[in-house]
Amino acid sequence: MNAREIPSAIRNGETTAKEVLETHLKVIQNREEEIHAFNLVMEEEARNEAERIDALAAKGEDPGPLTGIPIAVKDNVCTQGVPTTCSSKILDGWRPPYDATIIERLRDAGAVIVGKTNLDEFAMGASTENSAFGPTRNPLDTTRVPGGSSGGSAAAVAAGFAPLAIGSDTGGSIRQPAALCGVVGVKPTYGRVSRYGLVAFASSLDQIGPFAETVADAALLLEVISGHDPLDTTSIPEPPLDLSTALTQGVEGLRIGVIDELSGGAIEGISDDVLGCLEDAVQALTSAGAIVERTSVPSTVYGLSAYYVIAPAEASSNLARYDGVRFGPRVDAKTTSEMMVATRTAGFGDEVKRRIMLGTYALSAGYYDAYYGKSQKVRTLIMNDFANAYKKYDLLLSPTAPTTAFPLGDKTEDPLQMYLQDICTISSNLAGHPAMSVPFGEGTDGLPVGIQVLASAMDEHTMFRAGAVLEASNQGKS
Amino acid sequence: MNERISRDDVAHVARLACLSLTDDELDSFTSQLADILEHAADLDALELEEIEPTAHPLPLANVLRDDEPGAVADREAFLASAPQVENNQFKVPPALGDPS
Repeated sequence: MNAREIPSAIRNGETTAKEVLETHLKVIQNREEEIHAFNLVMEEEARNEAERIDALAAKGEDPGPLTGIPIAVKDNVCTQGVPTTCSSKILDGWRPPYDATIIERLRDAGAVIVGKTNLDEFAMGASTENSAFGPTRNPLDTTRVPGGSSGGSAAAVAAGFAPLAIGSDTGGSIRQPAALCGVVGVKPTYGRVSRYGLVAFASSLDQIGPFAETVADAALLLEVISGHDPLDTTSIPEPPLDLSTALTQGVEGLRIGVIDELSGGAIEGISDDVLGCLEDAVQALTSAGAIVERTSVPSTVYGLSAYYVIAPAEASSNLARYDGVRFGPRVDAKTTSEMMVATRTAGFGDEVKRRIMLGTYALSAGYYDAYYGKSQKVRTLIMNDFANAYKKYDLLLSPTAPTTAFPLGDKTEDPLQMYLQDICTISSNLAGHPAMSVPFGEGTDGLPVGIQVLASAMDEHTMFRAGAVLEASNQGKS
Repeated sequence: MNERISRDDVAHVARLACLSLTDDELDSFTSQLADILEHAADLDALELEEIEPTAHPLPLANVLRDDEPGAVADREAFLASAPQVENNQFKVPPALGDPS
């Protein structure tokens, strides 16, 4: 059953929230040991919540648009009283004293949270191998990674553990794992979804978004979690999205530009089978009436370099709070400063240390202009280039990831190779624009390929029109 | 050896970031950070003199709310998360003076 079909089936009495939950818990029981999508399965809480929803439905009340839909939540979103680890030892045992805004919205909408999903520590990574609790495996081929950093959420949807999941995307952390696991993943416009209660990585880039099996289900979840939140000062003062008409509107007459640099042009390393799927996607959109042509967005070539200065710089500041004083474990020492060094050294994994040091270096006296200042200017160039492209095109198109899912251990020794996984997704974060990944075709290894649809700020509606057309065409092929 | 960042630079940055590194870690982090900074050197090719920096994707204005008391955080809940607490305050080892 698709997520979208669950609420009406419960309201009509065809099934109950409890029954839907038990079905999914059984799937989790069968495969979770092998996949490790979750840091925590919240069986008891989920059963209580399902009972509450069934009781409401029995009284004839409507528990909301997500009535009884099981959902998995990335473990960097605060859940009151429930451990929130960011897959880091430095938050071991921490139970947040409050809920993130989106957790409240999910509950108010009748969703049933089934667990907290694994991630690269503090969302830093592209394979979910940087987790202090061990890697997540790709449900489609367990010798491969699920992508990252929201690999647990992508795997949970792909394995049928939950039809919906929440991720966060700072440089591609929703879209890339969605592509590698063959599910739909959306990074909304920056500020579209409240970040209140999302553990901060790079505050000017982080955005929460949905994973789902289908484009329609992703739209349903995004509608619920979007909308202004006074608790997040960067929240856009707009009502929640209404994407219902986007799903059936088609792409007739839309002008779509394929970003040349990311599609076999200036940037190397995009594999041929992925480019082949992109060509098929272009055909599909063209047959559906869109006008598709190649176009240049020149500064996307520099996105990766700018990102790997800006994101670590912001992270080095955000992660200064983990010092063994107010939360998490402490390593005892004679003085406060020795205690802080001992706690941070024991608590952070290598990738987090690497980014903290990179960011500290980029912000330090003598290097600020050469790295951070320059990167911020490149950010302006990227925003200008996108603005120019959107004068001519309604949407842009590219692959989501350069390859299909790669083997575990393949890139763990070479951080730069891992960073290159984000090459197609990063520019949307730097610009604050929405982008989504839709499964389209497969590589020579039989694993799924994701196509990325990019839109200008606030234009999720047009983006979902193309997403729905790509999905329909992809399903028509198989 | 790459000149983008030296072993001493990495040791200095680790101190600033309150991290302690072993000799082996210093070696591997130095070469990895040098690789990343070398990649970032492609930005040197750009003419950026006339370009304004962007710190944030939104044209942000300051946000103020009415000065009315609302729900406040529960002190007990926050203190419960701390490793050590005394008299409703976070407790740390000595921060000043001779610890011995």
